[in-house]
Amino acid sequence: MSAEIAEKRSVVLHALKDALIAGIVAFGLFILLLGFIADDSRGPLRPVPRPVLLATAVGIVFVGRFLISLIYYNAAALRYYLGVLWTAIATLARRYKWLLVAAMFVAAAVWIFFSPKDWQLILITVATIAVGVRFGFSAALLVFAMLFPVAFYGNPYYLGVAIIILTYVMLGWGLNIVVGLAGLLDLGYVAFYAVGAYSYALIAQHYDWSFWVCLPLAGIFAAFFGVLLGFPVLRLRGDYLAIVTLAFGEIVRIVLLNWVSFTNGPNGIGSIPRASFFGIPFNPEPNGFAATFGLEFDPTHRTVFLFYVILALALITNWVTIRLRKLPVGRAWEALREDEIACRSLGINTTNTKLTAFAIGAMFGGFAGAFFATRQGFISPDSFTFPESALILAIVVLGGMGSQIGVAVAATVMTASFELFREFEQFRLVIFGFAMVGIMVWRPRGLVSTRYPTVYLKERKTISVEHVAEGRG
Amino acid sequence: MEYFLQILINGIALGSIYGLVAIGYTMVYGIIGMINFAHGDIFMVGAFIALLAFLILVAIGVTAIPLALFLVLLIAMLLTSLYGWAVERIAYRPLRGSFRLAPLISAIGMSIVLQNYVQLAQGARVKTLPPLISGVHTVLDLGNRLVVQISNIQILIIVTTFALMTGFSWLVSSTSLGRDMRACEQDLKMAALLGVDTNRTIALTFLIGAALASVAGIMYLLYYGVIDFHIGFVAGVKAFTAAVLGGIGSLPGAMLGGLLIGLIETFWSGYFSVQYKDVAAFSILIVVLIFMPTGILGRPEVEKV
Repeated sequence: MSAEIAEKRSVVLHALKDALIAGIVAFGLFILLLGFIADDSRGPLRPVPRPVLLATAVGIVFVGRFLISLIYYNAAALRYYLGVLWTAIATLARRYKWLLVAAMFVAAAVWIFFSPKDWQLILITVATIAVGVRFGFSAALLVFAMLFPVAFYGNPYYLGVAIIILTYVMLGWGLNIVVGLAGLLDLGYVAFYAVGAYSYALIAQHYDWSFWVCLPLAGIFAAFFGVLLGFPVLRLRGDYLAIVTLAFGEIVRIVLLNWVSFTNGPNGIGSIPRASFFGIPFNPEPNGFAATFGLEFDPTHRTVFLFYVILALALITNWVTIRLRKLPVGRAWEALREDEIACRSLGINTTNTKLTAFAIGAMFGGFAGAFFATRQGFISPDSFTFPESALILAIVVLGGMGSQIGVAVAATVMTASFELFREFEQFRLVIFGFAMVGIMVWRPRGLVSTRYPTVYLKERKTISVEHVAEGRG
Repeated sequence: MEYFLQILINGIALGSIYGLVAIGYTMVYGIIGMINFAHGDIFMVGAFIALLAFLILVAIGVTAIPLALFLVLLIAMLLTSLYGWAVERIAYRPLRGSFRLAPLISAIGMSIVLQNYVQLAQGARVKTLPPLISGVHTVLDLGNRLVVQISNIQILIIVTTFALMTGFSWLVSSTSLGRDMRACEQDLKMAALLGVDTNRTIALTFLIGAALASVAGIMYLLYYGVIDFHIGFVAGVKAFTAAVLGGIGSLPGAMLGGLLIGLIETFWSGYFSVQYKDVAAFSILIVVLIFMPTGILGRPEVEKV
C-alpha cells in the first residue's frame, strides 16, 4: 500500500517538475511580448506592463503542463481503460447494427419532439437518417445538403454560411487533385481562385457577358495559369515545389495589387454583375425571377439559387475527380505520387501527368473563384492572401489527403467553426495554427485515414494509409 | 555612378539582414531536411522583443546607446532563441520520422500561431521607433548632385553581420557542437548510432538559428524603424530564396545568397519599380530553382530509389 502511495507521490512530483520547467520557459517566452505592450496611444512608444496577463498566461501553461504530465505518466492505465471502452463500443456497434439505427431513430424522435415543430426540419432529419442507414454516410451528407435550403429557407444567415462552406468544400476537392492524388504540394492554390474571380469580374464588367458564359472561361483561364505554374516546377519536388508555388501565389497577388489600370489595384472591383437564373435576373421587376414564375419577390431566391449552383459545382468537381481516378491519367497521378522514378521507368510521361494535375486542379479553383466573385459582388486582392491558401491546404490535409469525404467533412468543420468564433478574430487563428500542429502530431494522415484502391482485383479492400505515400512531391 | 554606388551600399546592408535569416533556414534544412516555415516569424518575434527590451531599458534609465544596444542584443538573442527552441520542441520534434509533408504543414501552423500571437499581444498597428543611431559618412563626393553616403547604422549592420558570420563559421568548423552538427547533416541516423545526441544538436541548431534571426530582427528595427506582425512572412520567403540561391545547406552560400537577394531587390527598386521588388525576388527564386536547383555553392543531391 505504501509503495503505491509513494509511486503516486512520485508521479505527482514528476508532473510538478515538468510543469515548473514549462512555467519557467513560458515566463521567458511571454515576459516581453505579453508582459508589456509597446503603447503609442499617447505620444511616442512606451512600454506598459501587463502583469495580470503575464501571470495568467504562465499560469495556464503551468497548469496545462501539469495535467498533461499527470495523464502522460498514467498513460498506460489510461490507454488501457480507453482501449477497453473503445473495444466494447466497437464490438457492440458491429454486432448490433440495428441497435445503432434504433438509437439514431430514437434520438431523432426525441429531438423532433422537443424542437420547434417545423415540418421541414423533421423531413430533412428523417430523410437524412433514412438515407444514411440505407446508403451510408456520404449519401446522407448529400441528401442533407440537397434539402438544406428547404429546411433553412427562413434563415438567410445559415444559407450564407452553407454557401461559404460549400465553396471551401469545392476548393478542397480541387486542391485534392493536385495534393492528394498527384502528390504535388501546392501552397499557392489561392492564385487560381483569384484568377477565376478576376477573370469573371473583368469579363462581366467590360463585355457584359452572362455568368454562365464567363464561368467556363474563368475555368479555362485558371487552367492556363495552372499550366503556366506547372511548366517551371516540373523538375522540382517536395519542399522546393511548395516554396515555388507559394512564390507564384504571391506574384499573382502582387500583380493584382499593383496593376491598377487593369485590376483597380487595392480598391478591388465592385458591382460585379450577379448571377441570373439562366438569363432571368433576380429582381422585383416584371421580367425578374419572381414575376416570371408567379412568386412573390424575395431576396432569398437568389441565395437559394446560389446555394444550388455551388452545390452543383462542388458535386461536379467530386464526380470528375472520381471518374478521373479511373482513367489512365488519374492512375498516372496516383502512381506519380507513390514513386516518380518508378513512374518514369514504366514509361509514364511525368510532364503531361503533372501538367494535367495542375491544370485540372486550377480549373476547379477558377470555377470556385468565378462563383465567389458573383456571390460577393466585390473582390479585392485582400481575399487572396497566403493564409487562404494555407486554409485550403489545411482542409485537404486534415481531411486526409486523397479522401473525398474527409475533405468535405474537414471543410465543413473548419469553416463552420471559423464562422462560429468570428468574434475572436486573431484568437481563432492561433487556435487554428495549433490545431494544424496538433493534427500533424496525433493524426498525421488526417481524419479519414483509410483509402480504397482505385484499381483492385475481385474484392475492394481497405488499405491503410501507411502504404500510401501522399504528397511526397 | 554615384547612384549605383549608393544602391550598392544599401543593397549590401539589406542583404546582410537577409543573410542572417537565411542561415537559420540553411542549417535546419541541412540537418533535418525540412523548410522551417516559421523561421521568418521568429525573425519578426525577435524584432518585437528587441523593440520592447529597448523601450523598457529606456524607461528604467539606460539611455547610453552603446550599452542599451548591447543589452538589447543580449536579451533579444536569449529570448528569441527560446522561441526557436519552443517551436522545435512543440511542432517538429514529435514529427521526426513522420511522413514528409507533416513537418512542413506543422511549420505553417506554427507560423500562423506566431503571427497572430504577436498581433494579439501587441496590436495590429505598425510600431515606429525613432532613429537611435544617426550620422552618415560621405564615401564619395565627385561634386555632382548626388553624394554617396554610408550611415552609421549601415556600418553597424555590416560589421555585426561579418562578426557573427565569422564567429558562427568558427563554431561550426572548430567546436565539438559544430562537429556534431556537421555529422548530423551528413547522416542523422549514423550520427545517432555513433553517440551524437541528435535531439540536443537539432535543438541547439534551432536555438542558434533563432538567435541569428533575432539579430537580423534588431538590425531591421534599427534600419527601418517600423515593424509590424507581418514582416516575417515576406522576409522569410526572401531569406529562404537567399538560402536556395546560395545552395541550401551551405553556410557561405546563405550569406552570399542573402547579399545577392538584397542587391537584386535594391537595384530593382532603384532602377525599375518599387512595387514589383517582391516579384523580382520571387521570380529569381523560381528561375534559380529551375536552372540551378543546387544553388551557387550547394552540392548536387543524388536521387536514390
